[in-house]
Amino acid sequence: MLKVVHYINQFFANVGGEEMAHIPAELREGNVGPGLAFQQAFGDEAQIVATIVCGDSYFNENMEEAQKTIINMVKELQPDLFIAGPAFNAGRYGVACGTIAKAVKDQLNIPVLTGMYKENPGADMFKTSLYVVSTKNSAAGMRDAVKKMAPLALKLAKGEKIGASSEEGYMPNGIRKNFFDTERGSKRAVKMLLSKLADKEFETEFPMPDFDRVAPNPAVKDITKAKIALVTSGGIVPKGNPDHIESSSASKYGKYDIDGVMDLTEATYETAHGGYDPVYANLDPDRVLPVDILREFEKQGKIGSLHRYFYTTVGNGTAVKSAKAFAAKFAQELKADGVDAVILTST
Amino acid sequence: MEVNGLKLELGYIFIKDIQFAEKSKVENGTLYVNKEEVKAIILEDQNFKSADVELAKPGESVRIMPVKDVIEPRVKVEGPGGIFPGMVSKVETVGSGKTNVLKGAAVITTGKIVGFQEGIIDMTGPGAEYTPFSQTNNLVLVCEPIESLKQHEHEKALRFAGYKVAMYLGELAKNMTPDQVDTFETPTLVEGIKMYPELPRVAYVCMLQSQGLMHDTYVYGVDAKQTISTLIYPTEMMDGAIVSGNCVSACDKNTTYHHLNNPVVHDLFAEHGKTLNFVGVIITNENVYLADKERSSNWSAKLAEYLGVDGVIVSEEGFGNPDTDLIMNCKKIENKGIKTVLITDEYAGRDGTSQSLADADVRANAVVTGGNANEVIELPPMDKIIGHVEVADVIAGGFDGSLHADGSITAELQVITGATNEMGFNKLSAR
Repeated sequence: MLKVVHYINQFFANVGGEEMAHIPAELREGNVGPGLAFQQAFGDEAQIVATIVCGDSYFNENMEEAQKTIINMVKELQPDLFIAGPAFNAGRYGVACGTIAKAVKDQLNIPVLTGMYKENPGADMFKTSLYVVSTKNSAAGMRDAVKKMAPLALKLAKGEKIGASSEEGYMPNGIRKNFFDTERGSKRAVKMLLSKLADKEFETEFPMPDFDRVAPNPAVKDITKAKIALVTSGGIVPKGNPDHIESSSASKYGKYDIDGVMDLTEATYETAHGGYDPVYANLDPDRVLPVDILREFEKQGKIGSLHRYFYTTVGNGTAVKSAKAFAAKFAQELKADGVDAVILTST
Repeated sequence: MEVNGLKLELGYIFIKDIQFAEKSKVENGTLYVNKEEVKAIILEDQNFKSADVELAKPGESVRIMPVKDVIEPRVKVEGPGGIFPGMVSKVETVGSGKTNVLKGAAVITTGKIVGFQEGIIDMTGPGAEYTPFSQTNNLVLVCEPIESLKQHEHEKALRFAGYKVAMYLGELAKNMTPDQVDTFETPTLVEGIKMYPELPRVAYVCMLQSQGLMHDTYVYGVDAKQTISTLIYPTEMMDGAIVSGNCVSACDKNTTYHHLNNPVVHDLFAEHGKTLNFVGVIITNENVYLADKERSSNWSAKLAEYLGVDGVIVSEEGFGNPDTDLIMNCKKIENKGIKTVLITDEYAGRDGTSQSLADADVRANAVVTGGNANEVIELPPMDKIIGHVEVADVIAGGFDGSLHADGSITAELQVITGATNEMGFNKLSAR
């Protein structure tokens, strides 16, 4: 049977309200307060072996000390899962639940789960680092909370695959996950539009991110002295794609030496990119990565020099996060190599 | 009351099985196909040196790849024009009268055109859940091009082979009595407003892939990248006025089947006269040049305003570059005071943590998603492969090592034809 340790505050342990919020953490055997409802929901699949009760004021005012004590208690018990709360809309309780759950997860590597109301300050603090189930705003929503939390808790304890937030009931955590909805997308779009037209509440399936805008650097002072590097997301690679850069959703970039290369030809280079008709790029790869022109400019003194290496990846279907990580890495090399400017070509 | 506009009766003949036979015919829900006649149709085009025809039915342990297009067999029974006007039939205005449909059947074209940009259809197993074409009785065309055939010529030849075979099959249903008839009617704008004065007016902005270099869609035979945003009756789409010429990531390209069965059109018709007044469709392209993007989105916004609509649904095709067209359409239409809902899909990375679109705007506050195309799936081995399995490592969504020795494939959802369709054809979503 799976072992569960539950964390609750003084109020839910029936110790008292605000006047008892100063009590330090104590360990009790078995389930206490809302733990009973969880125990019933778990049936004989899991057992709450112990409950840790801690005053909200004590936890928040003695955070380091409280965490240390509780971590030691949990470590001793070696549970398969740690549940904190649910805290509903109680602010300090929510922060305590999130803080201690995160500590247990990070320090003991034990799966954790908490729950609270979406406006609880703890929600924004922890929803991207923990599974935080969205609950109602008061303890009257306990039944509903247990109904959502118990099945997710069992899945976590068993190490099963966790579905999308809307299926499992946790708050969106920034990790996009696929699931099959009950209606097709076009029907959902029609319904959403009818709600929007009637000024009724609707929930977008994809909240727009804050878009990353990059301010351009100041102009290169003297281009005739500048060392220029070529970087492309157009997928130009040495013939045969030696590093197997993917045609879409690239997981890597390539760095290739073009020392002495005056012209990219059909025999020596090609594109790995799967997002456009490669015929013209393969016939003359300079169309995407203009080595030939830059060599001419280099000879004529129009630029200082062409950097010895070019960097390349495939932009097609590649996650922005991956692209950012590639660039962050090779930008350091470009800087270290004394490159003054980069020509970025896309397709 | 007889109104002006277009009225089309779609007669569905339900196909539950497909078999090869001496004589092509439809009988008791079974589509019988004479293989040699189909081969002969394909080989009319001298660009093919050989052709084969295979069957793939729901539940069979069959993997079809690389898939280019999927086409539903239809035939014009009454009214002007023929299916695929401007492409195969004469360029008559279609969308009225009667059309018969072999519902449950599909023609699938395959071939290594670009290598990267074709998809996979599994008829059973986990992959089958993601593609609508695991549920259709498929006639698969395996057409081998002559040596030296350039990719764009190969694409064109295969595109026409698909249409011609689909029309050949559709023709079998011309004199049949349909199992079910659905009627779709769009009155003129003025009459529509008089009929439903109290209902919100809604249009559908259908974005067509037109990035060029084989990312193309055709409208009455015209390459969409050479068009300006315009209006079309939804029933015209049901008769094949819009067809796919795309070689682009399989998961979110609109096949010709999708255009014929546009789900936004069908779901708007379902509410037409009840909760909304479905005024019509604005088609707009997704060209690569900024000036084209600006012009086309200016026009779609202008047409939406001109139609006097209260709201629109905008569907995207493809990803990345077209995300900018999607957001331009959204911003400009919202700025006219018209409410928008967008349908897109996501490229959030294999772990789902990346920003999903290449562009964003606060006005895009109502978005339906077809799922994260980067999510990795495992496709078990199949007993039979129709086509070429070795492209698994290089198709969009595949990677080095995608194809395992036992024939199973580990790849991104991108590889599956129609998996994250942005017309909202599927139930797949993401959060």
